[in-house]
Amino acid sequence: MTDAVQEHAFYDKVLTATPDSERLKRCLQCGSCSGICPFGYAMDYPPHKLIAMLRADRIAPLFKSETVWLCMACYACTSICPAQIPVTAALLATLKTELLLMGKVPAELQKALENSQRYGNTLGESPRKRAAWTKDSPVPVPVLAQTKAPVDVLWFVGDYGSYHPRVQSVSRAMAKIFQALGVNFGILGPEEGSDGDIQCLAGERGLFELLAQKNGKAFGKYKFKEVVTTDAHAYNAFKNMYPREGYHFAVKHHTQFLAERLDQLKPLLRREVKSRVTYHDPCCLGRINDNNIYEEPRQLLQAIPGVEIVEMTHNRANTICCGAGGGGNWLDGFVWERARGRTSEWRVKEAVAAGAEVLAVACPYETPRFEDAVKTIQEAGQMQVKDIAELLAEAMGD
Amino acid sequence: MNIVVLVKLVPDLVEELAIDANGVSLDPTYLRLIINESDDHAVEQGILLKERGGATVSVVAPDMEGIDDVLYAAAAKGVDRLIKLAGDFGDGVNNHALARAAASAIRELQPDLVLTGVQATNDLDGSVGPLLAEYLGMPYVGYVAGVTLSAGKVVVHKEYPGGLIGEMAATLPAVLGVQAAEQPPRYVAVSKVRQAMKSSSLEEQAVAELDSSGSVAVSRMFQPEAAGRATMLEGDVETVAARLVEIFKEAGVL
Repeated sequence: MTDAVQEHAFYDKVLTATPDSERLKRCLQCGSCSGICPFGYAMDYPPHKLIAMLRADRIAPLFKSETVWLCMACYACTSICPAQIPVTAALLATLKTELLLMGKVPAELQKALENSQRYGNTLGESPRKRAAWTKDSPVPVPVLAQTKAPVDVLWFVGDYGSYHPRVQSVSRAMAKIFQALGVNFGILGPEEGSDGDIQCLAGERGLFELLAQKNGKAFGKYKFKEVVTTDAHAYNAFKNMYPREGYHFAVKHHTQFLAERLDQLKPLLRREVKSRVTYHDPCCLGRINDNNIYEEPRQLLQAIPGVEIVEMTHNRANTICCGAGGGGNWLDGFVWERARGRTSEWRVKEAVAAGAEVLAVACPYETPRFEDAVKTIQEAGQMQVKDIAELLAEAMGD
Repeated sequence: MNIVVLVKLVPDLVEELAIDANGVSLDPTYLRLIINESDDHAVEQGILLKERGGATVSVVAPDMEGIDDVLYAAAAKGVDRLIKLAGDFGDGVNNHALARAAASAIRELQPDLVLTGVQATNDLDGSVGPLLAEYLGMPYVGYVAGVTLSAGKVVVHKEYPGGLIGEMAATLPAVLGVQAAEQPPRYVAVSKVRQAMKSSSLEEQAVAELDSSGSVAVSRMFQPEAAGRATMLEGDVETVAARLVEIFKEAGVL
């Protein structure tokens, strides 16, 4: 393919990337997308400029710039666009796809993608050890391949929940809650693989398909009523992307599942957790694909005795990404070099300004990201970062 | 320019290694093989040379579990020919046998330049590059990180310990043991590998009986064992230093 042909083909790819990509033609160059983008200032071509370049048929410079990797697929641009252009999924992800096909990807992210290809998880851990965390669980966690019995809840634990030492503690808390509620649940263990959400929004659509097929096949082997996941990215992928690959099943985020059982849960929350708590809305549960899970996490926090909820300046649909999405979790050095800042640190400063003692989260990347940010923001002092599942388990006592 | 890259597979250290009941090799039950890291760099270096000055790049690899994926990934990156050495490689072979088998296949390809990784974690009988060069009757330079081709010769940067870099030239054809390509091995998207699976073909080259003579015999393979021979020296810096000097004198090294 000659360069000119490849360049023109790129515009066509953008226009066909999603069912509503044609809306790109409606762009009035208002610049809202670039203005709201947390890293728009550091991009060579923030979204509205990208569109202008496409229209002017000046595509080669877009392939030379690498700053599209600053996009963490937080959907702030998509959500604010008055013309409802799918900026993140159609425009930014397609440019990332094109760069990936050329082999141009920052080394940090490349490793995570290669790990996903080979091991089915971004961390490069042995797929056979995916359920190893259950050995330290306070309650038994059934692995479906061993129990072979139908379950009500197939719990999708996710990469970080399975392997990341900090996030494993969220998994252990969730196991305790499931048991306390008498839920008949099981996990896929070694048969589970990365959900593919971040890989897809990092532009690696082929890899996403591969991962979706693997999980789809595993889901097909067992009988369950619904999937519950402690991974906000998995929730987004299962709800909005897996059906397009032919995999349909009921899915709930753990905060939804637990909020539905508040009446049963409340009497179990006997121990007071006396603190001012602010809740960080993960992009994946909120504005992305209009998932709109805003109230359930807050209802759960409200149910914990002693908790006082305070809100940060940016909340609900207006949240600021923790920086992990779309592959951002593996671009820390790349982002720092170009933007001289981290959104996770920005967010922790907001939590400090809100007077919070605890920063409550509901997405597996956030616990380690925000804990790191707390260490670099002096005013954050002893601020604690906890998943809602951990706070609930704490309130249940022993 | 005709470039041939010899690639081998090594145990993936992400999985824990276990010793086989025979006590002299790895237990293959959970063994998973992966491309040797410096061979991956050799492939990248071959593609970089092709992009820079035009060349045909062939990858030659022994037929072992997982080799097809490795070869298709190489094709997706820009390798032209994929050649699988068909022989009894299943349980792994030593480098003497591999080098002999590869040499006869590579000789037929009439290469101008042969690249291979400088070392591998399972090199029990020396690295494969020098052996290959010996069997091919070509000069060899190892620990190479930087390759420039010109008429009839190759100029390489060779890494020495202590951060020293030597520049040297070798006449072609030659064998190079690559320590690092000039850029890290590139990413290859899943869709490109799938495309390569459809568009490229795997050539099979039958290998005569493997000859592993000249190698070492493994008498015992074992996991690192705690020896309990360490002595902790207590006290302040002066005391510890004085005691250290005494110990070194007793041992006859001072």
